[in-house]
Amino acid sequence: VSVLYFLLPLALVIAAVAVGAFVWAVRRGQYDDTDSPPMRAILDDDPVRTRGENPRR
Amino acid sequence: MPATEASAVIPRRAARRVACDHCELPVPQGLIDEGADHQFCCGACRVAYQVIHASGLDRYYAIREAAGVRGRAAPGSGDHAEFDDPAFLGVYATDGPDGIWRIDLRVENLHCAACLWLLERVPEVMPGVREARVAFGASRLTIAWDQAAAPLSSIARFIASLGYPVHPIRGRALDDLRRREDRAALVRIGVAGALAGNTMLVALALYAGVFSGMEPQFRLLFRGVSMVLAFASLLGPGLVFFRGAAAALRTRTLNMDVPIAIGLAVGGVWGAINVVRQTGEVYFDTVTILVFLLLVGRWVQTRQQRKAADAVELLHALTPRTAIVVDGDGTERTVPVGAVTVGQTVRVPAGGVVPADGAIVRGTSSIDESMLTGESRPVAAREGRAVFAGTTNLASPIDIVVSASGAETRAAAIMRLVEDAAANRAPIVRLADRVAARFVAMILALAGVTLVIWLRIDPSRAVDHAASLLIVTCPCALALATPLAVSAAIGRAAARGILIKGGDPLEALSKPGVIVLDKTGTITEGRMDIVRWIGPDRLRADVAAIEREAVHPIAAAFVRGAGPGPIPFASDVRVMPGAGVEGRIGRREIVACSIDCALDRFGVLPPAIDAGARAALDAALTPIVIAEDGVPVALAAIGDPIRADAAASIAHLRRRGWDVRILSGDHPRVVAAVACAVGVDGALARGGATPEEKLESVRILAGERAVVMVGDGVNDAAALAAATVGIAVHGGAEASLAAADVFVSTPGLAPIVALVDGARRTIGVIHRNALASLGYNAICIGLAMGGMISPLVAAVLMPISSLTVVMISAKSRVFPEDAP
Repeated sequence: VSVLYFLLPLALVIAAVAVGAFVWAVRRGQYDDTDSPPMRAILDDDPVRTRGENPRR
Repeated sequence: MPATEASAVIPRRAARRVACDHCELPVPQGLIDEGADHQFCCGACRVAYQVIHASGLDRYYAIREAAGVRGRAAPGSGDHAEFDDPAFLGVYATDGPDGIWRIDLRVENLHCAACLWLLERVPEVMPGVREARVAFGASRLTIAWDQAAAPLSSIARFIASLGYPVHPIRGRALDDLRRREDRAALVRIGVAGALAGNTMLVALALYAGVFSGMEPQFRLLFRGVSMVLAFASLLGPGLVFFRGAAAALRTRTLNMDVPIAIGLAVGGVWGAINVVRQTGEVYFDTVTILVFLLLVGRWVQTRQQRKAADAVELLHALTPRTAIVVDGDGTERTVPVGAVTVGQTVRVPAGGVVPADGAIVRGTSSIDESMLTGESRPVAAREGRAVFAGTTNLASPIDIVVSASGAETRAAAIMRLVEDAAANRAPIVRLADRVAARFVAMILALAGVTLVIWLRIDPSRAVDHAASLLIVTCPCALALATPLAVSAAIGRAAARGILIKGGDPLEALSKPGVIVLDKTGTITEGRMDIVRWIGPDRLRADVAAIEREAVHPIAAAFVRGAGPGPIPFASDVRVMPGAGVEGRIGRREIVACSIDCALDRFGVLPPAIDAGARAALDAALTPIVIAEDGVPVALAAIGDPIRADAAASIAHLRRRGWDVRILSGDHPRVVAAVACAVGVDGALARGGATPEEKLESVRILAGERAVVMVGDGVNDAAALAAATVGIAVHGGAEASLAAADVFVSTPGLAPIVALVDGARRTIGVIHRNALASLGYNAICIGLAMGGMISPLVAAVLMPISSLTVVMISAKSRVFPEDAP
């Protein structure tokens, strides 16, 4: 079981990487606004019809 | 899509109830156009629909339907010319390379995904706009644009025409600071969570070792690793608690951070000692979880308070911030209020807010100074009279020469008074901190007792048991109790239109004290109306018809009080300045004028009208005599009507034990009449108070006990800031919004009753939470003193107690949905 001396630090390193990723995301402002992106995600792909394509005008 | 839209409208039309194609509210009968494809309830909706349609953005309606939300159109007013002013851009926008500007704007009427979709499509339909991003929660729109290709004013006009008025955001520096704070708090939570999780994994191995045995070298490894993790947590994210405790001790007070810091420090240090000497227990898992849970609790409360503060900030942004400057050659231009300088001529339209102090040089009007003075009756203003920033011009346009602007105005002087009052207010001793003080004394005493008892029984384990007591009694649940209950209450109150900026006001409101009410706009409606009417009701519409031609607050009162029927057509209307109005309805001649004018014209008045006029004067109302064909037949008493719920609300507050008082800047006679009508003892009602006197009165009262001040005007702002709790009511001035702790966005005094009752229930929830967590602590103390505690017991009991507190807070219904 002396492999623990290797595995335990490894587990902590992986955890540290995850924490690092989280800190990076926060610093980038990914958590600043949690209300808008879920709305945007389902709407982003809808193109706007330009005036020319509009059948009513 | 147009075909389906039309078919959706037809069945509704058949039922004679037509919904507006833009906002889906019912279209008034008179506006239904049978021949048209689309129906609109108002001009604003028609414009918004046409703009959306012409821009090819019809999908907005489909998205909105999917979201199940009704749109609402607010007419976008103004030409936003000031948005192009270099001074404006310099203050609110930032200049990037290639002439691309960026600005953050507050947007009104954001409802759902459809609004977001619509606003973010602006760059596609408006050349020159490079980017538009909506931050939904903050009602913020960030625009990047090319000022040369599309002036900001045109963008603002376009967005406003869609039904979303926009306003510049003040205090960008504050926004940035908050953002940094928010991010730092999130990072702390993330780091603390990761450390707690990993410490628990290691602890799990240690617990397994307790039951199945473990080689000493691995035991040491696990204990060593969890020690490193725990210290990372204590000295990283957990440092805030030690800082808080240190700050409290420096000022020789105790707050909740002190017992937390004691528990955490003992847990860390004693654990480290045990690791080094390779014996005894370690509580590192409990310690790291404590740090994590406490940080989450604080985060929840901060977020909830931030939301309420943001909502109030949004209201601030709505006040007009522009002035119309008239240049020497008579041309008008719109500038930001800050750009107005002394000596300039400023035009104030009817209904506009005076932007600076000055003297009238042209025009005659009446000015509503109630925001500054509390005086409910408008004052007549002629050429030469001084007017003040913040007052409202009611009747007709006036030109003023500016004598003071910005920080030199009377309103700004009052604002400085507000800042001073806010800085010197008596702090609220929080319930949690009071509990903390007793708590610290208790656990230290009990730890001492444990040490002494165990020194006699088994000296080798005495310190171990005393230390474990300090660790397991770390008041995690107690520290969570207040933030959770407070944030739940703030959230529920916000849903009812009561915005509370923090937890302290709730505590102060939970116990009855003195409540000081402003009169104008708080107890009363804050506008002129017909309060009494003696005579035939049919004349009301006739008087409204002739008064409609006059622009005066009293005339407006008659128009509002016309009754349900249609208002007839009036001819030959003549306004007699300062006296009344006369005109013809068909063949009948109608006169509405003051008592003096009536006595002049008609000599003696009929007894009923004469008595009514006297009674009206006694009640501090303005009597207006109405004559038909030269005979006085009716009397209207005009005044600022008392809100329908005022008397009942005041009675309710008094039943709850509150000492209700009135403090107004209005004439003492008017105040006395109102006090009498709402059932407040005349001795407790004071009129004629200047802003400084109001501040002084509240300070004197606050010296003895908790004072709640309720008001709406600039003149109340200093008193609001000085009071233990300041409550600004519906329609309040910007200054009062900034000074108050609570903003009530629905009219009347009933929300204040709801607030007081809700605060009482919230504190009840906090008490229940405290009892639950103290009960847990009692168990822990018993176990620890008996030497029966182990890290495993602590690790199980602690989350259970915290969970109990979370459940109690989440289940509490402190602000019921229906009115009280």
